[in-house]
Amino acid sequence: MGINSPLTQNLMPNKTFFWFFLPTGLAMILFIGLPIISTGIQSFYAQHDQVVKEVKKCDPFGCTVSIVVDNEETTKLREEKPLGKFNGFGTYVDRNHLAIDEIKKFWNETENFGAFVDQVTNLPFYKALIFTLTYCLFVTPNVLLLGFIIALSLNAVARKIRGPLIFGTILPMIVTPLVGSLVLFWMIDSQGIIGANIQNLMNDPYLSLKSSKTLTWITIIIYGIWHHSPFAFVVFYAALQTVPQEPVEAAIIDGASRFQRIKHIVLPHIYPVVTFVALISLMDNFRVFEPIIGFSAEGSAQSLSWLIYDNLVNEEVILFGSAAATSMMTIVGIAILLAPVLIRTWKEFKTAR
Amino acid sequence: MDYGLDRKSTSLKTFNTIFIIVWLLIACFPFIWTFWGSFKVRADFFSRSDWWYAISAFNTLIETGGKFTTDAYTQAWTEGEFWKASKNTIIVTVFVVSISLFLGTLGAYALSRSTERYAFWILIAALIFRAMPHITLVSGYLFPFFQLQIWGILPTTIVVLVAINQPFTLWLLYSFFKTVPKELDESALIDGCSYFQAFRHIIMPVMWPGVITAGLFSLMLAYNDFTVTALLLNQENHTMVPKIQSYLGTNQHEGNLMWAVSAVVSATAPLFMLVMFFQRQVISGLTAGAVKG
Repeated sequence: MGINSPLTQNLMPNKTFFWFFLPTGLAMILFIGLPIISTGIQSFYAQHDQVVKEVKKCDPFGCTVSIVVDNEETTKLREEKPLGKFNGFGTYVDRNHLAIDEIKKFWNETENFGAFVDQVTNLPFYKALIFTLTYCLFVTPNVLLLGFIIALSLNAVARKIRGPLIFGTILPMIVTPLVGSLVLFWMIDSQGIIGANIQNLMNDPYLSLKSSKTLTWITIIIYGIWHHSPFAFVVFYAALQTVPQEPVEAAIIDGASRFQRIKHIVLPHIYPVVTFVALISLMDNFRVFEPIIGFSAEGSAQSLSWLIYDNLVNEEVILFGSAAATSMMTIVGIAILLAPVLIRTWKEFKTAR
Repeated sequence: MDYGLDRKSTSLKTFNTIFIIVWLLIACFPFIWTFWGSFKVRADFFSRSDWWYAISAFNTLIETGGKFTTDAYTQAWTEGEFWKASKNTIIVTVFVVSISLFLGTLGAYALSRSTERYAFWILIAALIFRAMPHITLVSGYLFPFFQLQIWGILPTTIVVLVAINQPFTLWLLYSFFKTVPKELDESALIDGCSYFQAFRHIIMPVMWPGVITAGLFSLMLAYNDFTVTALLLNQENHTMVPKIQSYLGTNQHEGNLMWAVSAVVSATAPLFMLVMFFQRQVISGLTAGAVKG
């Protein structure tokens, strides 16, 4: 996107560039770069264990030694070393993350592969990973498809009434995901207009979102499509305005059907935009977590971001180490998603020079 | 695509009209329904026995004596302290938008006028930063912020939101600055202006559409944010979105759920009006990166 050709002379000296860029650069280094490093460091530490001491208690029937938590010592230790104790990669491999030991155990103990997969997908991290990937996999293509269809369809109506129609179309996108999911949840909940009616229709008073994992997943995915399609629509709609007229007219004269015209002229023209929308949509879908709160779906759907959130709002002790380890693995996931795009840009950049 | 040659058959037109109507219903009805329901009592809006109650206002009539009630609004805004949350949202939004635009225009102008290799890499780095899930950044902030004792207050959140917002603002403004011809600042420089003077007096005046678009997106980010505000602000300083979440409760009290409904309407209405006014800018902003780039 917009790579400068080497022929144009450099207009801005380095020193001027530095001063212009300093404020924003500093903001990004301090509050995006450093936090990533901070997360990395935190992921190698774990919260302190509680300090215990033996207490000897004697009563007429004899003496018993019991182990109790030494609150004073624990607080002291936490104040001295707030980061916790060094844990190396311990947090990464524990039960709540990669669960290496558990997986080995399952591998040795389970009878067949199906049972093994069942066991593994019940571990918190893998459960969240699978939900996150499923969400991305179903939402992204459908967002592209629905966005494209809406764009084609709105592009065919009279220009005068397009304004209000576009406004109506982009509403799901401009509300925050928490509000968007709440608004839908209040309708499909067992006490909402849609949920209650479905219960009546199916004659099943226990049919509700919370009762079924599959239903919850489907609802969240439908929400995702509802929320993100308007973005795809807006970009595709703008791209459609730039489709050249002559080839389309020529194709009509040659007797090409509407479908053929879209496939051979419109789609190739807007192809770069499609990759752009797919990339942005994938990045946004990978961080899904607000709808899980909005739909109160914690029971049956957890995403990677939700796991981090859950660690950070933990009532007793904030699990910095655990949250940081999940965060680092999420960042690795993002890096894998972005890698093809970055490699392509790098190649384009090299050939442009 | 209104080609004179392209005659659409009647059936295709009908199908198209039906599709658009169905889609608009799906897109808008949830909001209309929530708006309508916010003027009812809970027993009507969340009724298991008969959804028609929400229309006929059966329980609202019994409980309040009228078909519509604004109880949920008055309670949420006073007892629920939603006024405080909206005050905080206004403070956060105003500061985030103005600081974002100030930093963003300077940085993006420099990026658009430099042909050095590093300008390209900065843009790529910004793209990577844009992809970072906000919650992973928050998990990096919490511990240092606790240690520095700057957790919970509005200024910290404002600075964090500005920084999180920079990558997108930079890309957006960069693509706008690219459309301003370089000859414009070149001639100003020849006339003896400094870079800053050229930026301030020659370039900025023609950049208003781009600045308004970037401002709108910063505003939507700050206004809509949940991840950062919910975790970096204390109860007292909560903005509207985390406040709405706090009304949901865990075991859903009657009053609280209707508070959440009225708060959702209160928070959404200004945003919708804003987008109605600036619809063209929102759309040009979303497409700037994709179509022009």
